[in-house]
Amino acid sequence: MNGALIVSSILFVIGTFGVLVRRNAIIMFLCIELQLNAVNLAFVAFSRMWGIDGQVFVFFVMTVAAAEAAVGLAIIISIFRHYETVNVDNFNLLKW
Amino acid sequence: MYPTLSMLLTQAAEHEAVGGGGFEPFFPGLIVLLPLLGFAVNGVLALMHASRSARAVRAGGELELNGPHGRPATHTLPSLVGPGVLLISFILAAVNFTRMLGVELHEPVVIHYWTWMSTGTFEVAAALQLDQLSMVMMMVVTLVSFLIHVFSVGYMRDDPGYPRYFAYLNLFVFFMLVLVMGSSYALMFVGWEGVGLCSYLLIGFWFSDREKADAGKKAFVVNRIGDFGFLVAMFFLYVTFGTLDFVPIFEGASHELVYGGGLVTAITLFFFMGATGKSAQIPLYIWLPDAMAGPTPVSALIHAATMVTAGVYLVARSSVLFALSPVGSATVATVGVLTALLAATIALKQNDIKKVLAYSTVSQLGYMFVGVGVGAYAAGIFHLMTHAFFKALLFLGSGAVIHSMHHALHHTHSHADAQDMRNMGGLRKYLPITWIVMWVATLAISGVWPFAGFFSKDEIIWQIAAFGGSEHAPYPALYTFIWVLALVTAMLTAFYMTRLMVMTFHGSNRTGDEESHHLHEAPPVMWVPLAVLAVLSAFGGWINVPEAVQESLMGFNGVLPMTEWLHEWLHPVTAAAMAVQEANLGEMSHSAPFGGGEVAWGLISTLLALGIVVVSFRVVGRWDVKPADQDAEPTGFARVLYNKWYVDELYDAVIVRPLVGASRFCWRVIDAGVIDGVVNAVGYVARGLGWFGSLFQTGTVNTYAFILSLGVLVILGAVLF
Repeated sequence: MNGALIVSSILFVIGTFGVLVRRNAIIMFLCIELQLNAVNLAFVAFSRMWGIDGQVFVFFVMTVAAAEAAVGLAIIISIFRHYETVNVDNFNLLKW
Repeated sequence: MYPTLSMLLTQAAEHEAVGGGGFEPFFPGLIVLLPLLGFAVNGVLALMHASRSARAVRAGGELELNGPHGRPATHTLPSLVGPGVLLISFILAAVNFTRMLGVELHEPVVIHYWTWMSTGTFEVAAALQLDQLSMVMMMVVTLVSFLIHVFSVGYMRDDPGYPRYFAYLNLFVFFMLVLVMGSSYALMFVGWEGVGLCSYLLIGFWFSDREKADAGKKAFVVNRIGDFGFLVAMFFLYVTFGTLDFVPIFEGASHELVYGGGLVTAITLFFFMGATGKSAQIPLYIWLPDAMAGPTPVSALIHAATMVTAGVYLVARSSVLFALSPVGSATVATVGVLTALLAATIALKQNDIKKVLAYSTVSQLGYMFVGVGVGAYAAGIFHLMTHAFFKALLFLGSGAVIHSMHHALHHTHSHADAQDMRNMGGLRKYLPITWIVMWVATLAISGVWPFAGFFSKDEIIWQIAAFGGSEHAPYPALYTFIWVLALVTAMLTAFYMTRLMVMTFHGSNRTGDEESHHLHEAPPVMWVPLAVLAVLSAFGGWINVPEAVQESLMGFNGVLPMTEWLHEWLHPVTAAAMAVQEANLGEMSHSAPFGGGEVAWGLISTLLALGIVVVSFRVVGRWDVKPADQDAEPTGFARVLYNKWYVDELYDAVIVRPLVGASRFCWRVIDAGVIDGVVNAVGYVARGLGWFGSLFQTGTVNTYAFILSLGVLVILGAVLF
C-alpha cells in the first residue's frame, strides 16, 4: 500500500511539473492525464483499506477524463488550425 | 369609511350633524361638488379641444372658430357648463342661507362625510362646517363667481384655450369653497393651496408669453413663503390642542391659552404670515400687481373678490386666537394700514388700468386687515363682501374697456397698449353702460354715502377709534396713528379712482380717429353681470348700517328694516372673541381720537371723499394727458411712485441676488467641487485597484496553472499544519 501511494505521489508530481514547465499544449494535456491517473492509483490503493468506494470513484474519474480528452483535443486541434502551432506562450489574448 | 359620490349627494341630515338647533342643511356637499364636476367636464372638453387643434395644426391649418360648420362643440359646451354649475351652487347656497335665517343657530353645524386621514391620535375629517361666517363667504363666492363666469363667456369668447380656461376657473371655485367651508385648518389649508395652484395656472394662462408665465411663477413662489407660516401655525395648534378642527380649538382656546401669552402670539403671527402671502400684504404683496398678467375676469375673481380675501377670512375665522393676542392683533392692524397706505400711493401714478386696480385691491385688503386687527371681525368681513362687489365690478368694467380697446387696436393693427389709460380717454361716448357702472363702483370704493363702500369702510375707521380708545387698549398711540393713516388712505383712494375714471372715460379721445370707429359697448353677456354688481355695490352696504348712523339722516332716518344686520348675524361666530376682548379691554370708546362721534365722523368722511372726488375730477380733467408713446418719463417723487417705491428692485438686491449667489456657490463649490469630487475620487480608487488586479491577468496558461498550484499548496499547508 505504501508503495502504491509513493508511486502515485511521484506520478502526480511529475504530472504537475510537466503542466507548469512544458509549453507544448499536447504535452501539458498528457501531463494532466498523468495527474488524473496518479489520483486514480491513490484511490485504488485507499480502497483496499476503506472499502469499494474508491474504486467506484476511479470509474467516475475515467469517464470525466475521457470526456475531457475529447473536448481538450478538439480545442487543441482547432487552435492548431488557426495558429499552426500548439505552443501555449502564443495564446495570451484572453486577458483584461 | 370610504368616500362615495352618493354620500356627498345625500342630504346631510342623514349623516351625523353636530350642533344645529333646527337648522337642516340642504345638499351642502353638492355646493362644493358641482364646481368640481364642472372642472371634470370642462377638463375633458379641454383635452379633446387640444387634440383637435393639434390635428388641425398637423394638417397645416388651425382650428377654425368661425368656420362654415360653426364653432366646435368643445368650444361652445363650456359656456353652458362653466356658469351653469355655479348657478346651481349659488341657488343651493341661497337655500341653505334662507334656512339658516329662519332658525337661531348658536353652534356651527359640522357635516362629517368621511375620515380623510387618521394616524395615531391625529385625525382629519372630510367635513364641512356651516355657520354664519361660512354662509356669508359661500354666498359671496358663489354669486360673484357666477357673475364673473358669465362675463367670461363674452370676454374669452375668441380665445383658443376657452375650455381650459373654464376648467381652471371651476376648479378654483371648488377649492375656494373648500377653503371657506372646511371644518378644520387642515381642510382650509387644502383649499388654501388649491386656490394658489389655480391662481398660478390662471395668471400664466397665456403661458406662451414668457413674462406672463414668470408672473405666475412669482405668485406661486411668494405664496409658498406665506404657506410656511400657515403650516407652522398649524403645528403649534396641533401640539397645543391635539386637533385641527375649528370647534374644539375655539372652545378650548380661552382656557388653554393665556391672554397675551407667547404661544398664542406665535400662532397668530405665523397665521398672519400665511395671510400676508395669500392676501398680498407687506412684505409679500409684490406678486399681486404682477398677477394682472392673467385674463381680466381672473383678476376680478381671484385677485380681487375671492382668493386674496382668504387671509381676512382666516383671521376672522380664528378671531378667538387673535383676540387673545394683543401683539398679534396690533401687528395685523399695523401691517394692514401700512399696506393700505403704501399701495394707495403707488396707485396714484400707475398708468396701466389694471395695475391701478391691483394696487387698489392691495390697499383695500389692508383696510380689511385693519378691521380684523382691531377686533372688528364683522366689519372686516363686511368690507370683504362690499369690496368683492365693487372691486369685481371695477375689474370687469376695466375688462370691458380693455376688450373694446383691444378690438379697436386689432382692427387697425396698432401695437399700442390696450391697457394703458394714457391711450384711452373719452370712452364714455362709446361704452356708456360701462361708464355708469364704473362710476357706481368708484363712488363705492371712495366711500361716498350711500354706496356700499361708505358703510363698510367707515365702520372700520370707526372701529379703530373705538378699539384704540377703549379703557385698557394695549397701544393707544399706535391706534391713533393707524386711524389717521386709514383716513389719509381713504382720501388717496378717492383721488386715484377718480383719476382712473377721468383718464379712461372723460376728456378727449386719445385712441386715434381710425381706432375710435371700432370702439363699441360690450355685449349683453358682459354688461348684465356688470349691472348686477353695480346694484350690489350701490345697495350692498345697507345690510350693516350702524345703529347710531341708522337714526340719523344717513341711515334714512330709520327707514331701513335692519340695523347692524351682518354684525348680529356673525355674532355667534365672533362671540367668543368679543367675550375675550370685553374681559381684557373693558368699555369701547364712543368718540374718535380728536373728538366727535360715529355719526359726525361718518358725515366728515363722506364729505371728504365726495369733495376729493369732485375736486380731483376737475383737476385731473384739466391735465394734458398724452398717449403712452409720446408721454415723458415721470420725474422726482412721481418717478419713485411710478416705480412702486423700488420695492421689487429692493427685494431683488436684498433677497433674490444673494439667494442666487448662494445657490451658485452651493452649485459650483459644494456640489460640483466637494460632493462630485468625493464621488469621482471613489471612482478613481476603484479604477486604480482594478488596474493593479489586472497585472495578474497575463493570459498565459502556465502562469494561471502555477498560481493555481501555489494556491492549492497554501490551502493544503494551512489545513495540514
